[in-house]
Amino acid sequence: MDIQEIHSLLLEKFGDSAVGQAPVEATDSWIQVSRDSIVEVGAFLRDNERLRFDHLNDLCGCDYLEPNEKKAAKFGHDPHVEVVYQLSSIELKHRLKLKVVLPRWKNDEEGRLPEVPSVSGVWGIADWHEREAFDLVGIHFQDHPNLRRILCPEDWEGHALRKDYDFPLEYHGVRGR
Amino acid sequence: MSMQIEDPRIVEFDVQTDEMLVNMGPQHPSTHGVLRLLLRTDGEIVHECTPHIGYLHRSAEKIGENLAAPQWIPYTDRMDYLAAMNMNLGFALTVEKMVGMEVNEKAKHLRVFIAELGRVASHLVGMGAYGLDLGTFSPFLYAFREREIILDFFEEVCGARLTCSYLTIGGATHDLPEEIEIPDGLSALLKMDKGQRAPFFNVVEMFLSWLEDRIKEYHTLLTRNSIFIKRTAGIGVLSREMAISYGCTGPVLRGSGVDYDLRRDGEAIYTRMYEGYDFQIPVAEFADAPQEAVLGDNWCRFYVRMMEVVQAIRLVRQSIPKYLAAEGSHRETFKFNTKLPKDEVYLETEAPRGQMGFYVVGNGAAEPLRVRAKSSCFCNLSITDKLCEGVPLADVPSVVGSLDIVMGEIDR
Repeated sequence: MDIQEIHSLLLEKFGDSAVGQAPVEATDSWIQVSRDSIVEVGAFLRDNERLRFDHLNDLCGCDYLEPNEKKAAKFGHDPHVEVVYQLSSIELKHRLKLKVVLPRWKNDEEGRLPEVPSVSGVWGIADWHEREAFDLVGIHFQDHPNLRRILCPEDWEGHALRKDYDFPLEYHGVRGR
Repeated sequence: MSMQIEDPRIVEFDVQTDEMLVNMGPQHPSTHGVLRLLLRTDGEIVHECTPHIGYLHRSAEKIGENLAAPQWIPYTDRMDYLAAMNMNLGFALTVEKMVGMEVNEKAKHLRVFIAELGRVASHLVGMGAYGLDLGTFSPFLYAFREREIILDFFEEVCGARLTCSYLTIGGATHDLPEEIEIPDGLSALLKMDKGQRAPFFNVVEMFLSWLEDRIKEYHTLLTRNSIFIKRTAGIGVLSREMAISYGCTGPVLRGSGVDYDLRRDGEAIYTRMYEGYDFQIPVAEFADAPQEAVLGDNWCRFYVRMMEVVQAIRLVRQSIPKYLAAEGSHRETFKFNTKLPKDEVYLETEAPRGQMGFYVVGNGAAEPLRVRAKSSCFCNLSITDKLCEGVPLADVPSVVGSLDIVMGEIDR
């Protein structure tokens, strides 16, 4: 099933407040899903007989920001954070990309992580992928069973894949930089 | 006589001891690198197993945001360092997909040749190390003896043995050599004089036919060995549904009976490489499995790998005449300062350990805005806590080993 068909199917089911446009010019097109409906959309995509997206290939976060002010004018994106879901169906052998767009900080208060509901109840593997996205990109997954850092030590500060991340000068007496 | 005494397991389970926390790793040899398993045990039985990872985290994704795409190829080597060639291929194809480049026929067959040799080398380590996990040393020595020869080939091809950085965006850094010195390991095995030279593909063919006969011996040594069967069959059973839900890929997924291989079912840019090749995809369950084996257990995962070696050898054989007949250059230019378009692509390829995915976001500069490496072992490892629940402590290495993980790829 191609992305336009999936898009209209989702629009019909969830309405245009939940499901955004699928850009046609991109190599891998995607469907933007609103923050609050990602779990229902995910469960629908997994269970619908014509879709059967039972395999979550990847879930990752991506930070859009140009910290250098001189380059910021040419950057071309408003500062935001995206959660990208790569899905595929083992049975029907088709693929789909979903995106949830979030502000960089919750209520624009720096240091408060943006929140998105966890899809670990829909696909089991999302548990670890979301822990990684929390650890490195700084996204808070609501209702996650065990949202702890996974790659960095538990007492690490900051989220390394944020564009404005400052590498610490020192960690437990070990010099950085 | 009551039932309880007749069934020895029940007697054992009746004995209660205090729960104990046992740390396995990060320097335990059977954790395949720096993996730490925190086990909550009651006597010999594991109640809970929590994997702790990140000891080998080198921030490869962050580094990639500051490098041009071709400069990041060496970092992919160091992810799955046992199958560096397949990692290179995955990333190179992703960037090619992004810029809309397709390599010519010659480079495609060269890539099949190299990638499948890499798969053989990787699965040989998987086999040898699994034997080691279960306490038998000799398969490990045999596996490394054979793998050494493949590494010698890689050295002749690109100068490096492990961190090859050979398959690059646009093809490969060098063409394959025409004539090489027969590796000492191979000439000793074939009882030939040292230092002879022969055409490259003849040497590879000599090695493959020698290896093919050895595989039967490995089956005698491990696969059909009754001790091996007792330690693997029926243990660590992963159901089909759970394998899919937990994103398991590669031999772990196929060991659970899911017929899915990206070389056949993947995206066009990848499957076109394998067009015209004849190969089978081994999937559990197997007609020749021992009676004790259950769909999705350790034995099935191991056997899928062993069968894949045979298929990989077939693919290498088929690629040689195709490569020789193809015309054109092994490489098309992709400059270091080539700007990546404002676009984003995701591509998965079938690496020996599962589906290795790369996600690249470009923003009009040579350096990508974001590179992401989705590791297959990361997903495969995430089910250890489910598989290890309720197994005896001694079976934990058996379960973890059957997943065949490489920590470099998990931690990136």
